[in-house]
Amino acid sequence: MKRIATLASAGALTLTASVLWSPGEVQGQGAPKKGGTLNFAVVAEPPTIDCHAVSTFAFAHPGRPHYSTLLKFSGDYKNLKLVGDLAESFEMSKDGLSYTFKLHKGVKFHDGADMTSADVKASYERIVSPPPGVTSLRRALHSDIGSIETPDEHTAIFKMKRANASMLTHFASPWNCIYRAALLKEDPNYPAKKIVGTGPFVHVEYIKGSHWAGKRFDGYFRKDRPYLDGYKAFFVKSTGVAPGIIGGQFDAEFRGRSPKERDQIMEAMKDKAVTIEGPWVTNLLFTFNTTKKPFDDERVRQALSMAIDRHGGSTPLSKISVLKYVSGLLRPGFDMGLPPEELEKIPGFSKDIQKSRAEAKRLLAAAGVPNLKVRLVNRNIDEPYKPGGIFLIDQWKRIGVEAEHTQLETKLFFDAMKDGNFDVLVEFISDFADDPSAQFDKLLTGKKSSQAASRHEDSRLDELFDLQAAAIDPVARRKLVHEFERHALTKAYAVPLLWWQRIITMHRKVKGWEHQANHFTGQDLADVWLDE
Amino acid sequence: MIGFIARRLLLMIPTLLGVAIAVFFMLRIGGGDIVAMKFRAEGAQVTEDVIQAERKRLGLDKPNFYLACARYLPPSGCTASMDNQFHDYMTGLLRLDLGKSLWTGDPVAKEIAIRFPVSLQVAIMAMMIAVMIAVPLGTISALYRDTWIDYTVRIFSVSGLAIPSFWLGMLIILGLLSFFKWLPKIGYVSIFEDPVANLSALIWPALSVGYRYAAVATRMMRSSLLEVMREDYIRTARAKGVWSRLITRRHALRNALLPVVTVIGLEFAFLIGGLVVTEQVFNLNGIGKLFVDASSRGDFVMIQGLVLMIAVIFIVINLVVDIVYGYLDPRIRLN
Repeated sequence: MKRIATLASAGALTLTASVLWSPGEVQGQGAPKKGGTLNFAVVAEPPTIDCHAVSTFAFAHPGRPHYSTLLKFSGDYKNLKLVGDLAESFEMSKDGLSYTFKLHKGVKFHDGADMTSADVKASYERIVSPPPGVTSLRRALHSDIGSIETPDEHTAIFKMKRANASMLTHFASPWNCIYRAALLKEDPNYPAKKIVGTGPFVHVEYIKGSHWAGKRFDGYFRKDRPYLDGYKAFFVKSTGVAPGIIGGQFDAEFRGRSPKERDQIMEAMKDKAVTIEGPWVTNLLFTFNTTKKPFDDERVRQALSMAIDRHGGSTPLSKISVLKYVSGLLRPGFDMGLPPEELEKIPGFSKDIQKSRAEAKRLLAAAGVPNLKVRLVNRNIDEPYKPGGIFLIDQWKRIGVEAEHTQLETKLFFDAMKDGNFDVLVEFISDFADDPSAQFDKLLTGKKSSQAASRHEDSRLDELFDLQAAAIDPVARRKLVHEFERHALTKAYAVPLLWWQRIITMHRKVKGWEHQANHFTGQDLADVWLDE
Repeated sequence: MIGFIARRLLLMIPTLLGVAIAVFFMLRIGGGDIVAMKFRAEGAQVTEDVIQAERKRLGLDKPNFYLACARYLPPSGCTASMDNQFHDYMTGLLRLDLGKSLWTGDPVAKEIAIRFPVSLQVAIMAMMIAVMIAVPLGTISALYRDTWIDYTVRIFSVSGLAIPSFWLGMLIILGLLSFFKWLPKIGYVSIFEDPVANLSALIWPALSVGYRYAAVATRMMRSSLLEVMREDYIRTARAKGVWSRLITRRHALRNALLPVVTVIGLEFAFLIGGLVVTEQVFNLNGIGKLFVDASSRGDFVMIQGLVLMIAVIFIVINLVVDIVYGYLDPRIRLN
């Protein structure tokens, strides 16, 4: 009846029945040493300390070391695996309607209480059905969970209302922290007030605007972890990171730096610094307001996408900004995405830019707008929104399209998006994992997604989305995902410009940290150590 | 004197009321949805019902004022309600409650209290640097008018006026990095806990803003002293054969200090909330940084609280300046 999942529905993730953990020597880094305090910078500040009510790396970086989740991601982006965190093993039923988690024994909360399946149940019920006054940001994403059974203290069984191909990814979500059931019963909102987790570090203090500190949890259930004595996260402005690393204020910053900052740090620190680079599950997306003429015309949208020399622009852009990779709606390198040879057949992704631009001009003339003027609404954030916007304007100019670049503060940008006060909007997709359901959300109709800005009414995309979301067989899902991508990119309601590169430049003494192609996961610091 | 202070303190009430009302309405002209910023700024898939629930929790679903009119509708489309944001704000102020930050949910007073010591200490240190530089330099410059000493002081002070504090701060940081590959430890430690760590972190921003502060005060000191030195009573003292140093110290300097005290006071009040960029350059967790963060997030309640706090500081500093006037000039004290 049930089987051990051998392939994640997400496609690229290999699942194992037991925890994949490799204590001891990490290749090329030597034997881990115990001790020391890691100092790192965080370039934003969280609005709350409740995992379930937050969606920013500003919490994930300082806060996640206090918590555990059922599953987690392990390895760098080239060898990313879904492994158990609190789960010693896990199984998905063949029909995808049931997930069974066997929990580690002897897991303690920071206040000394034992962690049991009741805590898992209470935490997930808080996400799915938050009590009054409790914010659960990802309630809708977990709405397929029907019930949670706890046959014994170390087993939790999730019964699904319907199959959800992204469910395993959700169980590894960095936001699904496990809280203590007894404390939740006393005060359902306690996680917003104090931190009591099972993670490798105990919370010491959080001084708003200044820093957040944690110290090693001696009762952590992995006996040889964590290596660090503690960590201190400093909330600083982005411009303070590079001087801070060079000047010894911090050892690292884990969101990502620009190429210019990387070069600045490497030049100043020479062999005392190291850079780890790779892709990022984040892109820049330009979205057309399809309720405005002539952007309701597919030919116009296609023409504006075809004017862009993505392949030619990626190299120079990657030297001055984090924009780098050409890909469709999924991260470059993620095996569910359209292969490059198929992507190149879609309008806007061809390598023959002269031919593309000639066709773009023809399409604009056929649509009756050869001298089109566009109001491009963008965020007033330097990296990479400004270079992205300027690049778009330059590329459109080459087919005779004039663009007015309106750069707004983020809060006004959201107003413009909500009110439809734009012709073309520069937005982004950013998620904690490669997951078609997450990355396709902004492409759907307004009825299906609250984030859809293009206001199109193409129900075919909604249908394909539902089909792929329920397809737990990776092969079947890949086929549907490809169909979705082909349809969405051809209709061009919202089209990726380029995908981002994630550049982490840090002090060479920081070891054991892994680049997971996103800035949310891999931050529990259990494996990080200092070579000093 | 006590009556004077009491009168001035009572006058604070209408001033603060005016500031509170003005800032409330000015902030609401700009628009911006803090809830969308909070939940969606990093691309999270958050449904509209969650956004609306948070808006309701924060009281942002209430109308701004007693009379709420739908946009583009004639007055007949207006509704009246006592349950509005302005009412909540004003009744809160009556209880000395500045409200809760829309971003963190913590009381505004608590958020300000975390940052205030940093800004206050930098302002005090900058003021001390300014006074220590401005009074002797301004005096020397005036006494040796049109000599090489005066020219040197003028170059120093005009440079201080021309160089923005934050840029000087950046130069200081670059200098520390280039020559010493070192920056002071980040994070505020009270001067009473660890004076060395405290001073090694705050001396640099204090120097960068203190230089400009000193330049302004030096210029004022020089021109004020020059003016006083031309007064009849100085000439009379000279004619009587009073020793020139005594004339300067006892008669001229005291009178010349009056406008300098005003400048020092106003600059000090400005520094408490005005170190916006300098605090960012030096990674200081002060009032200026809080102001910028609150503005970029659209945290109206926090901005209202900060503006009121700065208004109180300006009023109190003005009062202190007036009291110092009385000390320096007996005529003011007797009047």
